[in-house]
Amino acid sequence: MRLKILELLEKNSRLATKDIAIMLGVPQDEVEKEIKEMEKEQVICGYNTLINWDKTNKDLVTALIEVKVTPQRGEGFDKIAERIYRFDEVKAVYLMSGGFDLTVIVEGKTLKDVALFVSQKLATLDSVLSTSTHFVLKKYKDHGIPFEEIKKDERMVVSP
Amino acid sequence: MKNLIATKVSNLPPSGIRKFFDIASQMEDVISLGVGEPDFDTPWHIREEGIYTLEKGKTIYTSNSGLLELRQEINRYLSRRFNISYDPQDQILVTVGGSEAIDLVLRAVLNPGDEVLIPEPCFVAYKPCTILAGGVPVTITTKAENDFRLMPEELEAAITEKTKVLILPYPNNPTGAIMEKEDLERIVEVLKDRDILVVSDEIYAELTYGREHVSIASLPGMYEKTLVINGFSKAYSMTGWRMGYAAGPKELIAAMTKIHQYAIMCAPTTSQYAGIEALKNGDTAVAEMRESFDSRRKFVVNGFRSIGMDCFEPLGAFYVFPSIQKSGLTSEEFCSRLLYEEKVAVVPGTAFGDCGEGFIRCSYAYSIDNIKEALRRIEKFMKQFT
Repeated sequence: MRLKILELLEKNSRLATKDIAIMLGVPQDEVEKEIKEMEKEQVICGYNTLINWDKTNKDLVTALIEVKVTPQRGEGFDKIAERIYRFDEVKAVYLMSGGFDLTVIVEGKTLKDVALFVSQKLATLDSVLSTSTHFVLKKYKDHGIPFEEIKKDERMVVSP
Repeated sequence: MKNLIATKVSNLPPSGIRKFFDIASQMEDVISLGVGEPDFDTPWHIREEGIYTLEKGKTIYTSNSGLLELRQEINRYLSRRFNISYDPQDQILVTVGGSEAIDLVLRAVLNPGDEVLIPEPCFVAYKPCTILAGGVPVTITTKAENDFRLMPEELEAAITEKTKVLILPYPNNPTGAIMEKEDLERIVEVLKDRDILVVSDEIYAELTYGREHVSIASLPGMYEKTLVINGFSKAYSMTGWRMGYAAGPKELIAAMTKIHQYAIMCAPTTSQYAGIEALKNGDTAVAEMRESFDSRRKFVVNGFRSIGMDCFEPLGAFYVFPSIQKSGLTSEEFCSRLLYEEKVAVVPGTAFGDCGEGFIRCSYAYSIDNIKEALRRIEKFMKQFT
C-alpha cells in the first residue's frame, strides 16, 4: 500500500487522502496513518510545488555546478557535501560517478549573485579542488512534467 | 439515383452512439464519460519507432499477412501472456484494428442463413458485420445478476442446427465484465461436441483488474475451434494507428487473408513497425496504464454507489455500466436529459443491444478531476428523482 500511496502522491501531492483511499480501496484513516508514518520516517521528505518562474516577474537564475573535491578520511564525501548543502543558495547536491564528484544546484537573483557565491563561498572551501559553473537557460521539463505543453483532450466526445 | 443503396445496408439501424455524438459535439462545456479509447498518448518509445521508420523511408507495402517480424512478436506475446502459440508463418494475420478481423472472420465463414451467437450487451460491430456477411445474428442476453457473464444454459438454449459462430466478447465493452477460467470451462463443456467456431474478441485482455485474463483458446480442445482477435488499440493506447490481429487455425487464417489481400492489401506499414516496438518493449507502459485505470475504476464505482445508483463492479476494460432504474427513465431519455440539463455525455446502454435498457455506459478513461466533476453533475441530476 505504501508504494501505491507514494506513486499517487508523487504525481499529485494535493490529492486528498479521501480520494487516495477510494482509489486504493482501503479505509481513509489507514491511508492517513501510513502517510503520517512515512513523514516521520522521512520516506516523505516534503511537499513541493512545481513552478515555472519564467512566467512570473520574479528574477531567478539557476546554475548547475560540477565540483571536484578531496574526500575526507573516514567520512568520504558526506562531510563536504553537508558543508555545501547548508548554504541557503544551494537547492540540491548529488554525489556523482564519473569525471567530477558533486553536482550542486544553486539559485540566485542574478548571474552575478550565483557567480559570487561560487567564487567566494564554494570554491574557497578547503576540500574543493575545482568548480565548473553551467547556467540554466531554459527549463523544458522538470519532475516529469513538460512546462510548455498544453494538453487538450482531442478525442471525440462519444465513441464506441 | 434510384435504389442506389443496397437493401441490406439501408435496413441496418444507425449506430446508437452516432446520434449522441452529433448532439454532444455541438454543445459547449460538455463533460464527457463517453469515449471508447484510453486517455494516454501512445508511449513515446513506440511513437519514436514509427517516426524513425518514416525517416528511413520504410513506407512501402508489407506482405499481406503483415511483417514477419511483427507476427513473430505477436506469437511470442500470446505465448508469454496467455499461453497460446501460433505459427507466425500461417496462423497470424495483422489487420486494420480488431474491427477488420471481426469483419473478415464473419465474411470468411458465413453462408447465407448461418447463425451467429452474440452475447449482449456488447460492442456495436458484431451484429451489422454478421448481417453484411449474410449471416443471422442471434443475441443472448447476459444479466447483471450474473455479472454479465455468459452462462452455459443461456448458450445451450440459443444453439440451433444453424449455429456456426459464437462471439465471445470478454473483457466486455460496455459492461466491463470478464470471463474467468471456470466460467470458460463451463462454456467449453457446452461446445465440446459441436462444430461451432468461437470468435474470441480479446482486445481488452491487458485491462483486467485483480485477475489475469484467460483465453478460451488455451483450454483443452478449444485451440482448433477458436479464432483469437486482439490488437494494440487498448493495451498500448494506439487507437489511431489502426492495428489489430487475428490468430487461429491455418485454414481459417488463409481464408481471411484471401479477403484481406483483395480488400485491404496490408495494415499500415508505419503502424506495423511501431507494433513491433510495442510488443518488444511495452510491458512496463502497459502495467502503468493498467494501474492507473484500476485506481480510477475504484473511484468511479464508489462514486456511483454513493450517489445511490446500483453499479456492478467491472473487472475489465475501462467502463462501468451503472443501472439508472432509480430515475424511472429509459436509457435514451436519461442520456439526453443528462446531456441537456447537466452537460454530461454518457452512452445509453441500448447502444449495445436492447438488453442494455436501464443502464448507461460510462468510461473512466479520464482524469480524476474530470470524473469527479462528472459525478458531481450526475449526483445533482439524480436528486430530482428522489
